[in-house]
Amino acid sequence: MTVALDMDVPADVTRTRRSTTERRMMWRAFLFVAPACLLLAAIYIIPILVLAVFSVTDYQLGALSTRFIGFDNFTHAFSDAVFLRSLKNTVIYAVIVIPLGVFLALGVALLVYNRKRSRAFWEAAYFLPVTATLVAMATVWQFLLHPSIGPVNAAIKWFGFEPVSFLSNPVLLIPTMAMIGVWQVLGFNMVLFLAGLTAIPKDLYEAARLDGAKSPIDRFLTVTWPMLGPTTLFVVVTTSISAFKVFETVAVLTKGRFGSETLLFDLYLEGFEYSNTGYAAALTLIFLVIILILSIGQTVHLDRKVHY
Amino acid sequence: MARLRALLPNIILASGAFVVLLPFYWMFLTSIRSPAEIFDVSLWPIPKVFDAGENYARAANQVPMARFMLNGVIVCLGILIVQVLTAVPAAYALAKLKFPGRKLLLTLVIAALCVPIQALALPLFVGLAKLELLNSYFAMMAPFFLSVFAIFLFHQSFRSYPDEIIEAARMDGFSEMEICWGLVLRGSLPSLAAFSVFSVVAHWNDLYWPMIVVTDINLAPPPLGMLFFSDVESGANYGALMAGAAIITAPMLVCFLLARRHFIAGITMTGVK
Repeated sequence: MTVALDMDVPADVTRTRRSTTERRMMWRAFLFVAPACLLLAAIYIIPILVLAVFSVTDYQLGALSTRFIGFDNFTHAFSDAVFLRSLKNTVIYAVIVIPLGVFLALGVALLVYNRKRSRAFWEAAYFLPVTATLVAMATVWQFLLHPSIGPVNAAIKWFGFEPVSFLSNPVLLIPTMAMIGVWQVLGFNMVLFLAGLTAIPKDLYEAARLDGAKSPIDRFLTVTWPMLGPTTLFVVVTTSISAFKVFETVAVLTKGRFGSETLLFDLYLEGFEYSNTGYAAALTLIFLVIILILSIGQTVHLDRKVHY
Repeated sequence: MARLRALLPNIILASGAFVVLLPFYWMFLTSIRSPAEIFDVSLWPIPKVFDAGENYARAANQVPMARFMLNGVIVCLGILIVQVLTAVPAAYALAKLKFPGRKLLLTLVIAALCVPIQALALPLFVGLAKLELLNSYFAMMAPFFLSVFAIFLFHQSFRSYPDEIIEAARMDGFSEMEICWGLVLRGSLPSLAAFSVFSVVAHWNDLYWPMIVVTDINLAPPPLGMLFFSDVESGANYGALMAGAAIITAPMLVCFLLARRHFIAGITMTGVK
């Protein structure tokens, strides 16, 4: 088609004709991406620039005057007892949720993967908490863990132990919320691991068996675990990102009382309850840096799938 | 012994599932029990006095529960429609059209994937406050009008659409719009379904942003409504509280059980929750 055209008409005419079509297509493409570009600027680019500007001022929403204060907000953050406590709480939360959420999910996935008929049932059962509204389910957990009328403590008493005040003993608050976090993330991670397991070629197991990996544990260590490497990395990254964003359970269970603030809850209080906009902006940037560091693994994973 | 070994995985899975499903069971059981049975910690499924009617009525009357659900539907649908309308043409242009700045835009989209809404909330809140748009459906929906995740997902899916068909359609006089919506998107309906599930579940369950921009109880979506409700009840009536929780979780649970495959595909397509 193009060859025929090239023979019939002089080259420069073709070029101009082709470039007019190209130009028309280009404008059409601009039109197609325009709404997305405007929204990208309005929702992402401008707000991040504004955030950076806020973070070096003492701006308070509704205040009449605002001063440039340099990095005072950031230095203040690292001597602010509440912020440091929220950072510590979030790290404790993540340290519990990441290993348990990842390895319990791996265990469940390995067991579910080999079920033939009951697989769909187990998958649905473990996935149910992922779809459920966490705010409502945290209210249910509050009831389940109630010191006098909750069934969990009734079971503990039945075994002859002292009842545990999960939601009023300050030491237990963060671990309790972390357990709810594990409960919620388990099914999500299980499905990611199941997808990873499906992708492992069957003949690798056969080869491992011939090479002397007789027991299931040997086969797990020589084939499954190394082959699941990329999946595990991805699961660890997504679990840690969601762990650092913990908010709902705090909002429902403690509202930050008894020193149980997490990073996001402290940010919420500073920015939207106390209107310390400038200071909250600095905290937000710290939060964003943490999330971006954790996201690097995720971007690498996505980048492998995308081709420019 | 061999029998036991075959059964063991099922026993382990069942005890795990017991813990995972206990909150759902307890929520439902308490929601149909009478408040007098509140000290009864047994898991026996049949209550002595069947009080479902009273509990659910109390949950529906104490707070505008129907209104919360309606708000949830309006916000989720509004967000989803605008997301699809803005993301599909952009993804089509990125996947199938040539224009300067294409790589830059794609890079920006992937970079934006890493930025959570919680990091943008503060400036967006100040902007909406300055425009006096707080306490509105618009404020609840606006930050989500652009889904970079949708652009990324559709871009991946559209790229595999055969160029020959697009060329042929252009020859036949189809406009780019018709090709984008009528041909290319139709070839990616599973992605559209998965994305819709992802978007609706995420925004039905979201608490952070509505909590920031909405103080008017009549505009509250279900999670914020639940928070209001548990503050009102605060331990006074667990039957009604659990009935409220059941009403709010029911739509997503029912949809999940009806379309299990789509749900699992939709939610796990991404770690960007």
